[in-house]
Amino acid sequence: MLILAIDTSAVASAALISDDAMEGVVDSFATEDTRSHAEVLAPGIEKLLAGAGVTGADIDAIVTGVGPGPFTGLRSGIATARTLAFVWNKPLYGLMSLDAIALEVAESTAAAPEFLVATDARRKEVYWARYAVAQGQLPELLDGPHVGFASELPELPVFGAGAGLYADVLRADQEFSSKQPDAASLGQFALARLNAGQQLLDSTPLYLRESDAQVPGPRKRAL
Amino acid sequence: MSMPVAQQPLVLGIESSCDETGVGIVRGTTLLTNTVSSSMEEHVRFGGVIPEIASRAHLDAFVPTLQESLHEAGVTLEEIDAIAVTSGPGLAGALMVGVCAAKALAVATGKPLYAINHLVAHVGVGLLDPRPGQDGKPDAGAAAGLGAGQLPENLGALLVSGGHTEILRIRSITEDVELLGSTIDDAAGEAYDKVARILGLGYPGGPAIDKLARQGNPKSIRFPRGLTQPKYMGTAEEKGPHRYDWSFSGLKTAVARCVEQFEARGEDVPVADIAAAFQEAVVDVITSKAILACKENGITDLLLGGGVAANSRLRELTGQRCTSAGIKLHVPPLDLCTDNGAMVAALGAQLIMAGVGPSGVEFAPDSSMPVTTVSVPA
Ligand SMILES: [Zn+2]
Repeated sequence: MLILAIDTSAVASAALISDDAMEGVVDSFATEDTRSHAEVLAPGIEKLLAGAGVTGADIDAIVTGVGPGPFTGLRSGIATARTLAFVWNKPLYGLMSLDAIALEVAESTAAAPEFLVATDARRKEVYWARYAVAQGQLPELLDGPHVGFASELPELPVFGAGAGLYADVLRADQEFSSKQPDAASLGQFALARLNAGQQLLDSTPLYLRESDAQVPGPRKRAL
Repeated sequence: MSMPVAQQPLVLGIESSCDETGVGIVRGTTLLTNTVSSSMEEHVRFGGVIPEIASRAHLDAFVPTLQESLHEAGVTLEEIDAIAVTSGPGLAGALMVGVCAAKALAVATGKPLYAINHLVAHVGVGLLDPRPGQDGKPDAGAAAGLGAGQLPENLGALLVSGGHTEILRIRSITEDVELLGSTIDDAAGEAYDKVARILGLGYPGGPAIDKLARQGNPKSIRFPRGLTQPKYMGTAEEKGPHRYDWSFSGLKTAVARCVEQFEARGEDVPVADIAAAFQEAVVDVITSKAILACKENGITDLLLGGGVAANSRLRELTGQRCTSAGIKLHVPPLDLCTDNGAMVAALGAQLIMAGVGPSGVEFAPDSSMPVTTVSVPA
């Protein structure tokens, strides 16, 4: 099984994931910045495919992170994934983007039986979710995702770039304090869940916030 | 990516700069399909386009619109020679969706991609062949476009919509387009929406005001024409800083003030008269400045484009004033004046036929892309 995974909930990233590759990852890329998705994503995927010597026909499924994440960036990955899946006529799955960090936590020595994952939601807030992990198992989502102030999170160790930003009010794990969701981990998680016969999401974005639009009130006086 | 065939290229165009998700397909100058999905209904309760709502709608509408357009045109993606997409100007978040989808389409199919200027595309649509009507003859609207792929030598374009208001000079649609003037604040269509809200007429404001204005007296109130004072206009020899530019924000304030004065006096607000007088002010200043720009720049043919081209008074007065000035007016069919993918495809086909190379997949959408950039070079 060969999966093309894409996540743009924070940085722009893509990965080719296969049962046959070491640790499952054939190749992957991720940007460092969070604002150039529209420029770098398509060329990145093009290089990824060329480098691995595969075409759309070789891919069995496409997986996209569905957020939460800043809206414009998030949409660039989902728009890309939906279009590729349409043209190549392949199944498309969604995965909650924070799962990518949760998998890395579960596989690290820092894992606690229960923990939180948090990323930057801008406007002084974080996107977060609560996970449990048992020895040798995939992390299990207990609660979330949510958006809110760092100071209002449950008292648990917190992993991810959202924790690093608010280390003063959170039990932030140092090692993960700048960790962003990326497609390589997301794709590994997707592959593991598909192999375990578990359901994935569809590609509907998890915005968590309404658009900022306000229904206009009574007319303001011009005089 | 290889260069597409130069003759009669089959081009798929994608538009997402405002609230219309459009996919159009042309073969050379022949329109095959123009499929549009609009999120206008979702903006009604806000009285104007909300960028985030438009962007969300683009994401969900893109693949279904693409699928429908391929079906309507009866072509497959393999048969397409090139893809064209609006890369600006427009709403940043909205552009992003179309650009990412177009790039993915290019990567997935291996077809060349052109990143296209939305404003120039409004002119490009005028180059499509007249469509046959019910009786086999070209339909009335289409006949009024430029038609048949050949541009007049001294062409100007007046583009009026909810997102923009510009006068352009087109020496070559593929490589030489100049911005002569534009709005410095609100677009004309935006002014209609805001005034419609003040008058309690709903959204979109253009059709509502146009309809009501027919029952009103446009001369009953005189509203200001923005940027028409001598200090802005200057003279033909020594042009002022805004000779061919427009401003509609002062007009909107003047309407609000007028309504309040009627209310303060306890009188009924003469809504139809205000609508008519407002419309007259907008249309008068748009057409007078546009005709001035044409005369002073040797423009002999004027193309009217953008959604506000549907406005009956704008069409009427532009027609009258063009006739008096000896300028030939061209108005494409209305469904091609509003934002759509066919215009993007039409300009893409022109670029290919002129031998212009594709943009690649590394460009960034540009919400303030200048008209001098007809397509983004690789
Ligand atoms: Zn437009």
